[in-house]
Amino acid sequence: MTSITENAAPVHRSSRDEVVAFVIMALALAVVPFTGIYPYFVMQALCFALFACAFNLLIGYGGLLSFGHAMFLGTAGYVTAHALKVWGVEPEFGILLGVAASVVLAVITGLIGIRRQGIYFSMITLALSQLLYFIYLQTPFTHGEDGIQGVPQGKLFGIFNLAQPITLYYTVLIVFLLAFLLIFRIINSPFGEVLKSIRENEPRAVSLGYKTDQYKLMAYVLSGGLAGLAGSMKIFVAQNASLTDVHWSMSGEVVLMTLVGGLGTIFGPVVGAFVIIAMQQYLAQFGQWVTVIQGVIFVVCVLTFRRGVIGEIAHYFKRSL
Amino acid sequence: MQALYAQLLVGLINGSFYALLSLGLAVIFGMLNIINFAHGALYMMGAFVAYFFLEYAGIGYWWSLLLAPIVVGLFGVILERTMLQWLSGLDHLYGLLLTFGMALIIQGLFQNYFGSSGLPYAIPDLLKGGVNLGFMYLPIYRGWVVIFSLIVCIATWYLIERTRLGANLRAATENPTLVRAFGINVPRMITLTYGLGVGLAALAGVLSAPINQVRPLMGADLIIVVFAVVVIGGMGSIMGSIITGFALGVVEGMTKYFYPEASNTVVFVLMVLVLLVKPTGLTGRAH
Repeated sequence: MTSITENAAPVHRSSRDEVVAFVIMALALAVVPFTGIYPYFVMQALCFALFACAFNLLIGYGGLLSFGHAMFLGTAGYVTAHALKVWGVEPEFGILLGVAASVVLAVITGLIGIRRQGIYFSMITLALSQLLYFIYLQTPFTHGEDGIQGVPQGKLFGIFNLAQPITLYYTVLIVFLLAFLLIFRIINSPFGEVLKSIRENEPRAVSLGYKTDQYKLMAYVLSGGLAGLAGSMKIFVAQNASLTDVHWSMSGEVVLMTLVGGLGTIFGPVVGAFVIIAMQQYLAQFGQWVTVIQGVIFVVCVLTFRRGVIGEIAHYFKRSL
Repeated sequence: MQALYAQLLVGLINGSFYALLSLGLAVIFGMLNIINFAHGALYMMGAFVAYFFLEYAGIGYWWSLLLAPIVVGLFGVILERTMLQWLSGLDHLYGLLLTFGMALIIQGLFQNYFGSSGLPYAIPDLLKGGVNLGFMYLPIYRGWVVIFSLIVCIATWYLIERTRLGANLRAATENPTLVRAFGINVPRMITLTYGLGVGLAALAGVLSAPINQVRPLMGADLIIVVFAVVVIGGMGSIMGSIITGFALGVVEGMTKYFYPEASNTVVFVLMVLVLLVKPTGLTGRAH
């Protein structure tokens, strides 16, 4: 059986390549406000890039395909938006509450979902996120179809005014880069190595004495918490929380982003997120054709392009990226 | 009391759709090891084909009941031959992703041409009206849906569990190489099985056309409930899918009567409870 991440398994591990790539990425993103590129678009893409990286942590390194990851994005978003708007908390506490909520959610849903593997795990996470979707549709604090609108951005640590586009941009960028480094660190830690061994051959890991369920749950919670961070950051950019972020089509989108960029590659999800968000931005006038195009990309990726953009590049140069 | 019986009937009808859809999923999963995410989209296609038949060819409900599943089933055969086939030997998750992509394409195309609003499909003359059962008024069409799907489910069960063809099918699921050695064309069998599963989805679509309107997204949300049904049932057996499907429809209907706020979520809540007690599902074997 060919594992879903087999194609992306690193050929030559070289942390130098990865560091160089990271510096290039950080510099390119840092100069965005001085180019003509629309910063709002980049901020949005960064939030989704973080979301996709968090998702990839689970599938790319744990081999678990969650089809309900939108529940973390949406939950953290609702909690942060509610905390900022109704309770009037500072931005840093809003983010903290959002991430905490998604971590709690991840622990609960993880304990349920981890009990089944493979396709069943995907279906369970999908069903759980749909359960949450209906709950958010009905509970008063989310305002149903209207969502929470006009969320104030506030001052981060009482100093940085997030209502200023440039301050907001660099805040989002720094949060993204720090989270990216954290994911990088997790992957390269002993924990990450165990995770990869579970992905490759779970029975072997069990026979070596690892409590694989605990590792998988930990990966799931980390992934959920980081996806929550993406959801919280997204509130400052979009200034509203809506049902779109919890709907299962959002869970499909993050799978698509990761698949396009390269499952199990470090930079793949970032590239994938930018590609998909750019596509949605520039093809918006074609209405439902965007869905069709996304479907076609899905099909093409699965049939012929399983490594994704970064995966192909890494494979060509025999490097891990 | 009237309302209770009415909800019970609605539950049985929804249960018929759950059963037909999860039955098709189980048949496909058995042979292809793929969770067919496109199932909801193909169910929708079944309803649309019936609608096209009526609008453009004057073919009525009864012929649609036979022809629409065949048309959509053939479409399924083409999908299997051109795409799904190439995934054998790969991780099952690729099948899920590929069929998800196919669902997006099919639904997107229909949305482009028909928007998101529903198209009406009239109840056939023979099944119009209703009968007063004394304790409730039963619209004939609704009774027909329940009985007809039950017959189809039992027939499918019989085909797979009690005939020679079904025996070959089950054997091929267990050990394709060995069955091939007996001179049975396994790839063709896989293709036809996919066609059969898809046909069942399309049949459910035709049945639902007169009750629910014909809409591009009619299968999109339904399929996730069916996934929950499948997780609860465990997809271990054909009969398991049928019984779980009907039972959960009834549970949902009852919830709508006693505590309507939870009617959207009760199936998912049940899924969680079942998983906590029995992770393999009610009739499940470990996969």
